[in-house]
Amino acid sequence: MSHVNETIVAIATAPGQGAIGIIRFSGRDAIDVVDKFFFGKNLTKVPANTVHYGKIKNEDGQMLDECMATVFRAPRSYTKEDSIELSCHGSPYILSEIVKLFVRNGARMAKPGEFTMRAFLNGQLDLSQAEAVADLIAAENASTHDLALKQLRGGFSDVIKALRQELIDFSALIELELDFGEEDVEFADRDKLKTLVLKIQRVMQELIQSFQYGNVIKNGVSTVIAGRPNAGKSTLLNALLNEDRAIVSDIAGTTRDTIEESLNIKGIRFRLIDTAGIRSAQDVIEKMGVEKTKEKINQSTLTVYVFDVTESKPQDLWNDIDEFLQVNEELKLRGRKLFVANKMDLNPYTDLEAYYKEGLIHKDNLLSASAINKMNVEALKDLLYTSIIDNPEMLDQTIIVNNRHFEALHNANNALTKVLEGLDSGLSPDLVAMDIRQSLYSLGEITGEISSDDLLDSIFSRFCIGK
Amino acid sequence: MFQKYDVIVVGAGHAGCEAAVAAANMGSKVLLATMNMNTIAQMSCNPAMGGVAKGQIVREVDALGGYSGIVTDHTRVQFRMLNKSKGPAMWSPRAQSDRMLFAAKWREMLEAHANIDFWQEMVRGIIVKDGRCVGIKTSIGLEIESKSVVLTNGTFLNGLIHIGEKQLGGGRAGEKAATGITEQLHELGFESGRMKTGTPPRIDGRSLDWDKMEIQLGDANPSKFSYMDTPNNSKQLPCHIAYTSPEVHEALKEGFDRSPMFNGRIRGLGPRYCPSIEDKIERFSDRDRHQLFVEPEGWSTCEIYVNGFSSSLPEEVQYKALRKVEGFENMKMFRPGYAIEYDFFPPTQLELSLQTKLVKNLFFAGQINGTTGYEEAACQGLMAGINAHQAITEQDPFILKRSDAYIGVLIDDLVNKGTKEPYRMFTSRAEYRILLRQDNADIRLTPIAEKLGMQGLESRIEKLNAKKDNVAAILKYIRGLSVAPDEVNGMLETKSSSKIKQKLKCISLLNRPGIHLADLGEAVPHIKDFLAPYDEETLHTAETGIKYEGYIEKEKEMAEKMDRLESVFLKPDFEYNALTALSAEAREKLTAIKPRTIGQASRISGVSPSDISILLVHVGR
Repeated sequence: MSHVNETIVAIATAPGQGAIGIIRFSGRDAIDVVDKFFFGKNLTKVPANTVHYGKIKNEDGQMLDECMATVFRAPRSYTKEDSIELSCHGSPYILSEIVKLFVRNGARMAKPGEFTMRAFLNGQLDLSQAEAVADLIAAENASTHDLALKQLRGGFSDVIKALRQELIDFSALIELELDFGEEDVEFADRDKLKTLVLKIQRVMQELIQSFQYGNVIKNGVSTVIAGRPNAGKSTLLNALLNEDRAIVSDIAGTTRDTIEESLNIKGIRFRLIDTAGIRSAQDVIEKMGVEKTKEKINQSTLTVYVFDVTESKPQDLWNDIDEFLQVNEELKLRGRKLFVANKMDLNPYTDLEAYYKEGLIHKDNLLSASAINKMNVEALKDLLYTSIIDNPEMLDQTIIVNNRHFEALHNANNALTKVLEGLDSGLSPDLVAMDIRQSLYSLGEITGEISSDDLLDSIFSRFCIGK
Repeated sequence: MFQKYDVIVVGAGHAGCEAAVAAANMGSKVLLATMNMNTIAQMSCNPAMGGVAKGQIVREVDALGGYSGIVTDHTRVQFRMLNKSKGPAMWSPRAQSDRMLFAAKWREMLEAHANIDFWQEMVRGIIVKDGRCVGIKTSIGLEIESKSVVLTNGTFLNGLIHIGEKQLGGGRAGEKAATGITEQLHELGFESGRMKTGTPPRIDGRSLDWDKMEIQLGDANPSKFSYMDTPNNSKQLPCHIAYTSPEVHEALKEGFDRSPMFNGRIRGLGPRYCPSIEDKIERFSDRDRHQLFVEPEGWSTCEIYVNGFSSSLPEEVQYKALRKVEGFENMKMFRPGYAIEYDFFPPTQLELSLQTKLVKNLFFAGQINGTTGYEEAACQGLMAGINAHQAITEQDPFILKRSDAYIGVLIDDLVNKGTKEPYRMFTSRAEYRILLRQDNADIRLTPIAEKLGMQGLESRIEKLNAKKDNVAAILKYIRGLSVAPDEVNGMLETKSSSKIKQKLKCISLLNRPGIHLADLGEAVPHIKDFLAPYDEETLHTAETGIKYEGYIEKEKEMAEKMDRLESVFLKPDFEYNALTALSAEAREKLTAIKPRTIGQASRISGVSPSDISILLVHVGR
């Protein structure tokens, strides 16, 4: 709700080929944002509720499409904000190119239900319609929540829980002095407290440093699609993407020789990286291409290795793996490999078990498919999803992937630094306690509410209180 | 025989007395009904008011026009400001009172109030018409009409006293239990539970060897509770500290098999922070001694309260064990300690006004809500009394926020979280304790009470304004003042604080831990002259304003953030069950508790941040 000034954009028509496709924009600057790349009338000057012909050209002046722009001015629009609808030709490719253009230039992809949400918040919808919005929020929260929960089941949760408990126990020592100063209890000495804070901070800092890596995963699990030339990599990529064209968007830093697309599976984003085909190098240029692909594989979290069952015999596959996929030990831990036996339609009787290799290829990471017929594409998506969700340990270390978590840890850590300063300078314990609370409060934003009951429980279980 | 009252208060303990006074000072005609006029404002347990967090509450009650602080100041035998070394947010006043004088002073003040009438009889039930409480029924069959009723039954509802294997029906040693009300409330749909509390033996001070104990004196320059011109008697009685020993513990253990605590006869849950001596020995078996505070009951009595020795063991076990305490060898007992079980009503059945959700114009305050402590009871009584008046005059309920007062924290906790053990206030329960100090309760609350229309606050407001002006004048003076190295370096050296090299703002020095206004005054004569006319509390408040500025601002900011959610109201008939987007647990809890605001909803356990954003969408943020 703090982002109401942002211009949001989304393809409003159903995905797939159609006669027209409509792209919708909303936000305070929506008209300005569109006008920059709309060549026709100056949209910022035209009256409300009018339609204008024009061309959309990209940053290089290259024309993407001809279209009709309908301009709505606040409050007379669906969202009660300035809005534009661009009616373009219905090619999914063109539509996504136009969306990408605007995402690079001042708009952001709308979240599910965001147009409706804005309509509601701006007073356009009644309460029964709000129900639908609430459901959308719930659904969205559920998917991110699901991820967070699953992730929490891994190392992250244990670490945070342990940190929180240590902090609560530490806090209890200070609170004990404050609330029970009259009681016959011994107070912890300051040096021990400092040691404890330093210990907690070390763990926090490790987590904070992991954010950079974790954030990459949050913004897309890098997933390389590799294989020999003509194994069907691009077909597979398209088959994967075609299902969900509307959320394709651009990723900065795309290199010329690999194509990156983004795919959302149940709330997790996968950055799909299509690579040039690899085979034992014939010439220098090809060798460079192969090296590039290997590098991508090394850097990625997942590798989907596609092979053509009509061409690659088990021994061929194993040789390829030896040559291209066996990277150094450290990375092996992190990078998980999935294998897709493609073109099963051409050889439906292929014995998949013949491809199994101990510790490398087994029924859980080998999938038969026919990319061209979209056979088993859904199964592959499920496999990609579960690879991440079920294996937080494959990430090799506890990492934080969530911006909110990062911020919370960062704040918690800063507050602890103040605690240390306070302990050093002899700050009165009520203030030291406040800094600890700040820290606990920040951690509570990750784990849920911190209640004073936890503190009191900690005190009562450890100290004999009460006259 | 009776006029129609605005408010009937049932029970004349700390909650009942404050409720009567508050309603009366709001302008209501009040009837105070008690089983025994001779036990008005009894200190059933220890003869002391205040303590950590509780002292802050007493000052808040005083700032809102309550009488507990005034009565305590008039009747105290010792005063101590606890936690003075822990920072101003922690300063907590505590006073020992003369038990008999305390009760007498309360009765005198109640009787002096034209709006308060009395009736001595046990109340058997309430009268409910059309979902509203419209009076009470007494044990001899009288019906007394009123527009509202405040129940403050303390430990009397089906009270059951345990001493060893003996069980006696009773609400307090030597007093009858009250019956009928719990049963009627059950019929009306209320849920109740059982709680347990205990009290130590009272003994004969003439039989003790004081020289064998540590002495604990009151403050040399005592402060007080009331912001009014109450007496500040410097004459005080000492308390003493004694210790249990392994021999004492062994003697106590001999009675464990006859302890109602351990043989399961007591079902109610007792407070963990006020355990019986047998509990302490059992749970902390590694400790070979526990502290006992030996406290006088008054100026003119030899009766002694053995704080820390609460017990429900058989009387002869208590007796034998106590006699093994050093200094207690010849101890004579007046009466043994006991445990008492009583009915309470889980406070989640209340609105924040302390009005019950089931019956309009019926209010609960004190131990009936699952709290413990005179201070906790008194403040609820005050709030219930005010809100009974507000309800019958069809005005908005008076609700204090968590950032306004400890009272706000207490009621918010009770209503939203309920409580399993007797609820006592701790400073750690308050998020904003740097704002909620004992020195500024008047600044925080008296203006609110005045706005509410409470009568008799004129001199409070006058004093408050003078204090505010004085604090402002001191702040202005100090903020504009710099000191030179040769003026203060001597003082800094004695405080082992680093010396200054050039002229420095006074504020920078005051921000150093351990450097106080008084130190600057000692070092610089003209500062001392300036500060001389101001009283200690004014100086303290001003100094706190400077030293704590950053932290105060930060807490204010946090409180304001919370306030934004507090100002988004939820209708009481909001259909949470129709909102399928909410989690099942959230729907259930929200339906049960019916929060007034989004802020309140966010504090209910089981309501997640995403539930809150869904609620925000629904109310159009």
